[in-house]
Amino acid sequence: MSVLVYTENWNGKFKKLSFELASYASELAQMSGIEPVALSIGKVEQDELMKLAGYGIKKIISVEGDSIEKFDTRTYSRIISDQAKKEAATLIVLANNNEGKALAPRLSVRLQAAIASGVSGLPQETDPFRIKKRAFSGNAYATVELKTAVKILTLTQNSFDLSEKPVEASIEKVTAENYETAPGPEIQDVQIQTGKLLLSDAEIVVSGGRGVKSADNWGPILELAELLNGATACSRPVSDEGWRPHEEHTGQTGKIIAPNLYIAIGISGATQHLAGISGSKFIVAINNDKDAPIFDAAQYGIVGDAAKVLPKLVEALKAAGSS
Amino acid sequence: MNVLVCISHVPDTTTKIKFTDNNTRLDISGIQWVINPWDELSLTRALELKDDASCGIDKVSVAHVGPVSTEPTIRKALAIGADDAYRVDAEPLDAYQVAAQLAEIVKAGSFDIILCGIESSDYNGSNVGGMLAEFLDYPSVSGISKLEIKEGKAHITREIDGGKEMLISPAPFVGIVQKGIAKEPRIAAMRGIMMARKKPIQLVDAVQTEPLSETLEFEPPQPRPACKFVDPEQPGKLIELLQNEAKVI
Repeated sequence: MSVLVYTENWNGKFKKLSFELASYASELAQMSGIEPVALSIGKVEQDELMKLAGYGIKKIISVEGDSIEKFDTRTYSRIISDQAKKEAATLIVLANNNEGKALAPRLSVRLQAAIASGVSGLPQETDPFRIKKRAFSGNAYATVELKTAVKILTLTQNSFDLSEKPVEASIEKVTAENYETAPGPEIQDVQIQTGKLLLSDAEIVVSGGRGVKSADNWGPILELAELLNGATACSRPVSDEGWRPHEEHTGQTGKIIAPNLYIAIGISGATQHLAGISGSKFIVAINNDKDAPIFDAAQYGIVGDAAKVLPKLVEALKAAGSS
Repeated sequence: MNVLVCISHVPDTTTKIKFTDNNTRLDISGIQWVINPWDELSLTRALELKDDASCGIDKVSVAHVGPVSTEPTIRKALAIGADDAYRVDAEPLDAYQVAAQLAEIVKAGSFDIILCGIESSDYNGSNVGGMLAEFLDYPSVSGISKLEIKEGKAHITREIDGGKEMLISPAPFVGIVQKGIAKEPRIAAMRGIMMARKKPIQLVDAVQTEPLSETLEFEPPQPRPACKFVDPEQPGKLIELLQNEAKVI
């Protein structure tokens, strides 16, 4: 029996999320007394694959083939379910991101496996299998019992600490040949913003709301984000107004993020916004209304006008950085 | 071309969530129920496409799995403009049961595009759309932020890490929708509310399925410690706290 973890790659490279998944799977396997196995789909070089062994993964399966270089939910879910059967996986771990969310439900039906999506920690117990997951958009946690022999967990990004545990690992290469599916959606074009830190990957996020007052006032927010090596985000009114692109909208209907530090500037903190950021480890709020609900969610706050506070904050940060 | 929008019934997103019976059930007293936000956007987009005659959409239907008490939510979808509705009379315990019931409606009907919201705002599972596609062995596209119909084909934009992907999907397919597909949900006008009373809600008997999981209890998130306020004239203090106390920069 095994824990099978699907470690997604980005153009042949893993990123922090992949190692979070590997760390999680190793600890879950140890807790359940079974072996952790990682599954990679698409072309990834040997030394990149071996990085997973740094997080306790003893067996790495690498599935490659011309027909599977592009992500397709039906093909990928077939590959994962075939490998899960071959490895007698009783637990399957995926990321709770776009790709994981697309694959997990298909695997659930294929393998008759119950899902807990959006978990951030290990199960409370493994027999019966009980685990906490996010519910009501961050306003609660639900304890769910997964009642099937095979179970699927999707892990929230940046919620599980990396645990380095180097082990000897073997790599098994599999060539994917027999994964012809009926014609599906055909990709016409892909637009990727290069050189930009992804909001979902950022450990520090600087976010602006209606209180910033106009698109022209975003300069200090961008500067602050750059100084902190963070990404920028915004609240819903801001993307609705078109001050910032809607990809930056963070909240219940936008992106749900869990950075180490979230700096909310001119954001009042409506429930829908908090739903997108409540997983942040630290929240800083800068707002001119001392009664704004954002201060109930924040550990650190400044009551003041963003336009006045921000330049001083940028200056202070530069001074602290150069000292 | 026919479109089916799957709708879930959730507490209004501004509701203060409370639990009852030793935290095993949602306290439904005083809750306003609404169409799940992403489902409402999907319905809005489907109706926008139907309004444009060049898209060739004949009918927009909605499907919901829930007891009779959820009918006002279905009526709301009809008032917004859906042509007809299906309600599977069941109280599902998990996403698997919901998807299994919806699959029967799709199999019995004739739908080219099936839309589901990416997740429901209550259980945050993100599972029904993908499960439905797998039950039907249909292709699916997730994370849809734009949907257009040109010459009878679905042109889709979906969000991927750090960018966008543009696709054309053959029908039938399951589209899993996130924000961006429509700007604001459509609001029912008085005429729509009047007309909705006469539109049919077809009652569908539930098929036998067992849930794969069970929600045992709920708990509120850990309260955060009280906010420490920093003098706005001395923001350097904040930098100090973030460096030395929180140790996040």
